[in-house]
Amino acid sequence: MAEPLLEVRGLRKRFGGLVATDGVDLDVAEGETLAVIGPNGAGKTTLIGQLSGDLKPDAGTIEFAGADVTALPASARSHRGLARSFQITSIFREFSTLDNVALAVQAHAGHSFRFWRPARAEAALREPARAILEQVGLGARGDVPAGTLAHGEQRQLEIAMALATRPRLLLLDEPVAGMGLDESARMVQLLRTLRGRHTIVLVEHDMDVVWALADRISVMVYGRVIATGSPEAIRANPEVRRAYLGEEIPA
Amino acid sequence: MLNGLQLGVMLFLVAAGLTLVFGIMNLINLAHGSLYMVGAYFAVAFLGWTGSFAAAVVLALLATLVVGMLVEMIALRTLYERDHLDQVLATFGLILFFNELVAIVWGRAALFATIPPALGGFVELLPGLRYPVYRALIILVGLAVALLLYVVVSRTRLGMLIRAGASNRTMVAALGVNIRLLYTVVFGFGAALAGLGGLMAGPIYTVQPGMGEELLIEVLVVIVIGGIGSIRGALVGAIVVGMVDTLGRTFLKPMLATVVSPAAADTAGPALASMLIYILMAAVLYFRPQGLFPAARS
Amino acid sequence: MTSRRRALTLVAVLAALAAVPLAAAAVDEPFYLDLFGRIMIFAIAAVSLDIILGYGGMVSLGHAAYVGIGAYAVAIPALHGVHSAWLQWPLAMALAGLAALVIGAVSLRTSGVYFIMITLAFAQMLYYVGISIEPWGGDDGMRLAQRSQLGGPLDLGDPHVFYYVVLVILAVLLLAGERVIHARFGTVIRAVKSNEARLQAIGVASFRYKLAAFVLAGAVGGLAGALLANQTEYLTPSFMHWTRSGDIMVMVILGGMGTLGGPVLGAAAYLLLENVLSAWTVHWQVILGPLLVLVVLYARGGLWSLLPGGGRRDG
Repeated sequence: MAEPLLEVRGLRKRFGGLVATDGVDLDVAEGETLAVIGPNGAGKTTLIGQLSGDLKPDAGTIEFAGADVTALPASARSHRGLARSFQITSIFREFSTLDNVALAVQAHAGHSFRFWRPARAEAALREPARAILEQVGLGARGDVPAGTLAHGEQRQLEIAMALATRPRLLLLDEPVAGMGLDESARMVQLLRTLRGRHTIVLVEHDMDVVWALADRISVMVYGRVIATGSPEAIRANPEVRRAYLGEEIPA
Repeated sequence: MLNGLQLGVMLFLVAAGLTLVFGIMNLINLAHGSLYMVGAYFAVAFLGWTGSFAAAVVLALLATLVVGMLVEMIALRTLYERDHLDQVLATFGLILFFNELVAIVWGRAALFATIPPALGGFVELLPGLRYPVYRALIILVGLAVALLLYVVVSRTRLGMLIRAGASNRTMVAALGVNIRLLYTVVFGFGAALAGLGGLMAGPIYTVQPGMGEELLIEVLVVIVIGGIGSIRGALVGAIVVGMVDTLGRTFLKPMLATVVSPAAADTAGPALASMLIYILMAAVLYFRPQGLFPAARS
Repeated sequence: MTSRRRALTLVAVLAALAAVPLAAAAVDEPFYLDLFGRIMIFAIAAVSLDIILGYGGMVSLGHAAYVGIGAYAVAIPALHGVHSAWLQWPLAMALAGLAALVIGAVSLRTSGVYFIMITLAFAQMLYYVGISIEPWGGDDGMRLAQRSQLGGPLDLGDPHVFYYVVLVILAVLLLAGERVIHARFGTVIRAVKSNEARLQAIGVASFRYKLAAFVLAGAVGGLAGALLANQTEYLTPSFMHWTRSGDIMVMVILGGMGTLGGPVLGAAAYLLLENVLSAWTVHWQVILGPLLVLVVLYARGGLWSLLPGGGRRDG
């Protein structure tokens, strides 16, 4: 592969006696969608946390767009082009849906040491926010307090906020978590439109979503990546079958 | 220097209860200092009634224990679920209440408790080094309590429940343990400890409304330094703070006087000495924000 | 509460305050001028605390320290013959802000319980420093040589002039506060309270904004202190005692935190209650204590939420 957009080498993280990340290497090419799958407890969310900057690895390096970002905090990584959505919905519940996205836009539109002009009056923040809400399908829900949105809509808002930061790489942690069939299908549609335009690292349990979106798949078990390859190769991989012990990998 | 140890031990008694309550029940209790004060007042009252120091001690301890448990049952139960801000405000209200209550019953003037004759006098620890018996006793009692706590927490079933409750409350409840009773007992125990500190402190420091708050600040510093939820941390923190504070007050002014003019040392000395423990706290926090011996929590 | 309603309510409150001197003159009780002046000064302090507590979620138990610093920043220059308010008051704000900068820089690295305890401890430290410094009165405090001079016809020695000056400052503060809350800065601060992790994930380095808010709150607290020193003409280190911080916090909560008008109502309620209760009994705090506990447990929105249309917070 040409110079990968994201290069992870030897990442390690332990919590007390538990080794959550046990020497992980990953390469993600620009424009591709990499799905990370694995049984519960494999360390997928911990991996995302270290990539986004919310967790500090004990060892290893993370290179993004050619620069070492291992020591950078989450807010700095956001400005480099890394965006994250959370597995457990994490939004500003008291703010309106539009305000949530507008704040994400604001975070990348200069500093916020402005004390006089109402932020709501800044068209440069509102217009892009409205556009993104349309894009994810929440165009009609802008004025609703985010905390009163339905679960599926909140997951959409998660994506919207990530998009508002104009990222090069999206780290999506179980985007369809807790969603019903219809909502999941809509989310997959949305994510399909993002493929190619953004590089995506996707952690998911829902295999339908994975087959529909992934260019490549990495399988994690007990903090290690045991296999990486195309969806077909992963489906056929005996080690992967063993790791899912008894679980049917839907064909 | 022994005075530093004595202060440290006193701080430990109060700190242990507070840190236990915080570690297990996740409750900030600003009114803990009030329990210390209540212990001191009870001791003076019972001494007046019975004339016997021993009886006064036992009765005061019991009374403080009861008061503690009552407060827990009446006022604090609902606070476990609330956020820390609510706890701070509510227990602040309790402080106002208790301070005024003792003023109503005993008046605002400071009461003087006397050291019982049997414990007066000095003991010769080393040739030429005499130390008041009473203060030496405080140190011994404090260390004995620390040992007792250690044994209870690490060797007994109750201690195991306490440690389990500290790290995973829901699990313990799921195992069928009566959490409410456990909390009440732990709180009462903490209250008794604070009361013990108070009743021993009575003869040395003055007994007056608001005495708890002065100590409370130092206790908070102790807990922050030692690590919230950790008894070991409370002991180490308390002794360190007690030493630093006492030594600082004694030696800082003369030390300063060697480098700056006596007049400046006179002004700056006491001011700096009072700042010492806070600077220490800031330093500890800078390097180890969790304190020296943070209790592991889930 | 819609912003229109909020604005109208605030105007009503300010108008009521403006009418007090007239009412006081009508019943020939100049005491009320004093009382309401005091209320407004504490309202200024409470509003400044609300910025970080109510909007930013930072539970600072050491706010009285900044009030105390502001008071001393007026009294000490006065001791040396400097009486101009134009020098003293900015100095009060600058020194209080500086203290907030130092204390905030250390404290804001922690959160939750640690933060509460540390702000408390640092403020108390300043109190102890205050009582140890003899040239400035030590434990007994010091008198204010004379009230600050504004120059021209504005003689702060005249109770009416003083009252209206404080009122104007309060009004300006409320107006500025409204703008700040809705500007970019206020939005970030409110987001800190709502979900700081998310805020950082979208790219806001929240620490610098929290610190800035902390400093601003401290500076305004210092201004309140300067005004307080002028009002009482006497000050002691007890201005900085942590129980004073508790009082200010009570005013914020009682009135309704996270609103600008709430702290004003809270200051009024607290001081009026103190006034009424202490007429009954010198032991009024024995009633205030449990009352406070009850309010915290059962009436979280404070007085502001009891007003028509109240309940929904700013945002």
